[in-house]
Amino acid sequence: MTAIRLFVPRDAGALAVGAERVAQALHAGAARRGAPVEIVRTGSRGLYWLEPMIEVATDTERIAYGPVSADDVEPLLDAGMLSGAPHPLRLGRPEALPFLSRQTRLTFARCGIVDPLSPQDYGGHGGWRGLERAIAMAPADIVEAVVQSGLRGRGGAGFPTGVKWRTALQAPGAQKYIVCNADEGDSGTFADRMIMEGDPFVLIEGMTIAGIAVGATKGYVYIRSEYPQAIAVIRAAIDAARHAGYIGTRVTDSPHAFDLEVRVGAGAYVCGEETALLESIEGRRGQVRAKPPLPAHRGLFASPTVINNVLSLAAVPFILAEGAAAYAAHGFGKSRGTMPIQLAGNVKYGGLFEAGFGLSLGELVDDIGGGTASGRPVRAVQVGGPLGAYFPRRLFDTPFDYEAFAARDGLIGHGGIVVFDDTVDMARQARFAMEFCAIESCGKCTPCRIGSTRGAEVIDRIMRGEGDRAAHLALITDLCETLKFGSLCALGGFTPYPVMSAIRHFPEDFGMPQAVSSGTPR
Amino acid sequence: MSGPEPWSPERAAAIIAARTGDAGATLPILQALQETFGYIPDAAILMVADALNLTRAEVYGVVSFYHDFRRQPIGHHVLKLCRAEACQSMGAEALAAQVQAALQIGWGDTSADCAVTLEPVYCLGLCATAPALLLDDQPVGRLNGGRLAALLDELRAGS
Ligand SMILES: Cc1cc2nc3c(=O)[nH]c(=O)nc-3n(C[C@H](O)[C@H](O)[C@H](O)COP(=O)(O)O)c2cc1C
Ligand code: SF4
Repeated sequence: MTAIRLFVPRDAGALAVGAERVAQALHAGAARRGAPVEIVRTGSRGLYWLEPMIEVATDTERIAYGPVSADDVEPLLDAGMLSGAPHPLRLGRPEALPFLSRQTRLTFARCGIVDPLSPQDYGGHGGWRGLERAIAMAPADIVEAVVQSGLRGRGGAGFPTGVKWRTALQAPGAQKYIVCNADEGDSGTFADRMIMEGDPFVLIEGMTIAGIAVGATKGYVYIRSEYPQAIAVIRAAIDAARHAGYIGTRVTDSPHAFDLEVRVGAGAYVCGEETALLESIEGRRGQVRAKPPLPAHRGLFASPTVINNVLSLAAVPFILAEGAAAYAAHGFGKSRGTMPIQLAGNVKYGGLFEAGFGLSLGELVDDIGGGTASGRPVRAVQVGGPLGAYFPRRLFDTPFDYEAFAARDGLIGHGGIVVFDDTVDMARQARFAMEFCAIESCGKCTPCRIGSTRGAEVIDRIMRGEGDRAAHLALITDLCETLKFGSLCALGGFTPYPVMSAIRHFPEDFGMPQAVSSGTPR
Repeated sequence: MSGPEPWSPERAAAIIAARTGDAGATLPILQALQETFGYIPDAAILMVADALNLTRAEVYGVVSFYHDFRRQPIGHHVLKLCRAEACQSMGAEALAAQVQAALQIGWGDTSADCAVTLEPVYCLGLCATAPALLLDDQPVGRLNGGRLAALLDELRAGS
């Protein structure tokens, strides 16, 4: 009798809600029944309100159950879960769940499905084909394919990835580097973590293709220390890929050499900024470098360096395997391809939603996210992390796209959406934005280092009702102008987004008359 | 977590020697030292500076820049509570007040019984199962007052 295959996520988000105990209970329960099972530890499918979500492979399909607690396991086994039998927690085929069936999973196609540490399983689900193609191509043609795909950096700035690669390819240098930015510091984002834990080979493949494209033989993955599970999975996956010959001195027996090393962050948000990250790898304080020179000309250890976000690099294998046009066929305006959007915070259906650009914010929050987890009305959403603007309901028609968000004084950043219900105090959120800037400032620019603390103090006074409110708000506005124009990087430069959007859209929380409820506010 | 080892210059020297050849070795060395001893004592800063041909001020500058590095010994457990926006939206501020009151300590401090060191963290990537914390590298999500209290009781009973 062959073992029944069970799938239990080992994603940090699933572990956080008890997946380990569920795996143990399944193991013990099956053993007691004499039922041979193989428990495959996967990543998460990204439907976090259903985690821990477990799956069983029947003869024809995988059947999901969730959210499963350790206490549910015995009743589930009694009900015949091992053959996919009915139970109140039975969800059916995961792909048929609306949250998944409405998505376009290109980058996350395998996440939650495959064994993250099996290069064979990865290959069996369409992996390694992009690398195979790339090896047969001229470097300039690989770069051109990435240019044609329209892929823009998913780390926040949205810079065309192919153009960056072209610059690095053309830069002279005996040694070049590929650096993966896995610092993912934005609250409300977890897509980098999910893909690293659930499908690490897609990142390894993407980085290897990047290496071949620009002539780099060494890559670093800089992962934040707050992600111990992701660090362990990537390290193990690098070893497995090397062992299987996908990276190393001869990438799949080609003349190309490419190897990878993990570096771990040390709790500094600003090290997500690309030049601060390079400083950090080199062993210094994570202070932002002035540009130029661009990292593509003079980056890590003064060598030409491509630095890309996890999701940018993880999008590359699809582009190479299926063609640039297949990727560019998705999207909206100048935002091509898909965006792994992350629904987070006080949201009913929180998780990862990969889709072509262009869905409206309202569709994402109300329709796909199902509104708040608390059941109270949605009052504000912060899009794009701690440097992103707060949006009120009346801007929910904004399409999810780089330009559309910029036109409304916001940004999509790394694609995180944090939902707040009507108990939120927007003055407090504005204060936090200033405080966060002060805590995380690298210290190079005075407005960012000192102005932010001053800003938090002024908002404190507004919250306590001290002094002249209008004068305080004028001061904050001034300070934000100074931050915007007197900052070397977006930490200081974009802190005005959350602060000013909170004041503009929610003036009543600052003791001012309520905003008008129609029109596009400025 | 088995808890940190007591400071040992010999142990530290071995940890440092194993990595001095690496490019940009400062952070990996400091991280390995902290993982072993729980913090970075002055003596370690001196040793790292010597090994990497840096000044003491340079190494101190690195240690003080990064939030992760500690200059004080820690308790048996390290609890990192998320204070970032996604957790705020689910009531993290109340949990922050609760944990500080229960342990009678502030951020970065260790409880009097040495059971827990409390640290703030800004995002754990557990934003869809908020509010969240990391207890000695183990993620815990969907927290509420009751669950946090139970967790703290367990920690204090265990030490
Ligand atoms: C303060 C600050 C924090 C940042 N954090 C990150 C991060 O965590 N991850 C990331 O990929 N990019 C981050 N960025 C953007 C990077 O500087 C850079 O644009 C990105 O790594 C480029 O990769 P991409 O083109 O693939 O997006 C940050 C920028 C700033 C100013
Ligand atoms: S804006 Fe702030 S974080 Fe950015 S370089 Fe200036 S001081 Fe450093």
